[in-house]
Amino acid sequence: MQFFGGSDISPLPPPPTASGNNAHMMYVFNRNGVCLLYREWNRSLRTLNAQQDHKLMFGLLFSLKSLTAKMDPTSVEKGNLGVPQLTGQGCSFHSFRTNTYRLSFMESPSGIKIILVTHPRTGDLRESLKYIYNLYVEYVVKNPLYSPGMPIRSELFNMTLDQYVRGLG
Amino acid sequence: MPPAAPRSGDAIFANVERVNAELFTLTYGAIVRQLLTDLEEVEEVNKQLDQMGYNIGIRLIDEFLAKSNVSRCVDFKETAEAIAKVGFKMFLGVTASVTNWDADGTSCSLVLEDNPLVDFVELPDTCQGLYYCNILSGVVRGALEMVSMKTEVTWIRDMLRGDDAYELQVKLLKQVPEEYPYKDDE
Repeated sequence: MQFFGGSDISPLPPPPTASGNNAHMMYVFNRNGVCLLYREWNRSLRTLNAQQDHKLMFGLLFSLKSLTAKMDPTSVEKGNLGVPQLTGQGCSFHSFRTNTYRLSFMESPSGIKIILVTHPRTGDLRESLKYIYNLYVEYVVKNPLYSPGMPIRSELFNMTLDQYVRGLG
Repeated sequence: MPPAAPRSGDAIFANVERVNAELFTLTYGAIVRQLLTDLEEVEEVNKQLDQMGYNIGIRLIDEFLAKSNVSRCVDFKETAEAIAKVGFKMFLGVTASVTNWDADGTSCSLVLEDNPLVDFVELPDTCQGLYYCNILSGVVRGALEMVSMKTEVTWIRDMLRGDDAYELQVKLLKQVPEEYPYKDDE
């Protein structure tokens, strides 16, 4: 993909393996729990209003991160469950799968969390999530009119994101 | 697929878009001049430069993390090395060296031999208290704050004031762990 000056976004995205809407929805949170972006492509059931849905998702991931770090058999720390962790300390979980969907998660050390919910046969999306993080940097962070911590309202970002996600296998 | 290895500062610097160094230096110089004209007080200008640097730093950190693939630093020593070798190289094209560690490893100095911001610059007598590169201290402070580290960044040596190098002292005040942001009753 080529951008403004001709520089490539790095790393290069994995080549699209299938076309069509494999992704259901996507969330981007910052370290304070603010939902910066929510995109929906294919979601038939919505039980909560938007705010509660975001809080639920954020809470779920926060707890999962905490639990997975504490249950780590290779870790040498003896922290108690519930003690706040430094962003990025300990092991980091990256996805879980149910019989109807797969949730892939990536957290940057700066606390930006990217969540992508896709159909269950999707493979490891870590590289794709990194690519999306790069897109976030290029289109959102570098935009001087965007205030950090506010929800993202960038048509260009949404468009590029949609295009990329449609190509995911 | 295992995550990609961290990239070196040189590799990233070779891949990013670059701007003419003189344009960069002259633009920065214009900013400082304008601040001096608007604010008149040298202390105010120092503070404003630091604030501007802070605003840059809170955004720069994401670009740094995205491009460099650096994994979470285990301790402050690693952080300082990452800033000096990868960060400065990526954004300014120069590497810094890390020296002067204190006993508990919470304070160190980043020494810059070469500083693109100060080409052609000489401080006149009216601006003797000015920290011309104060934007850099703001950038480091802002970026580290976004990775949960509260720091204090000050200039120890400044070539524009007659010293032989640029030395920035970075002191870790505390690490702020992530807290659940929502109150339970909401």
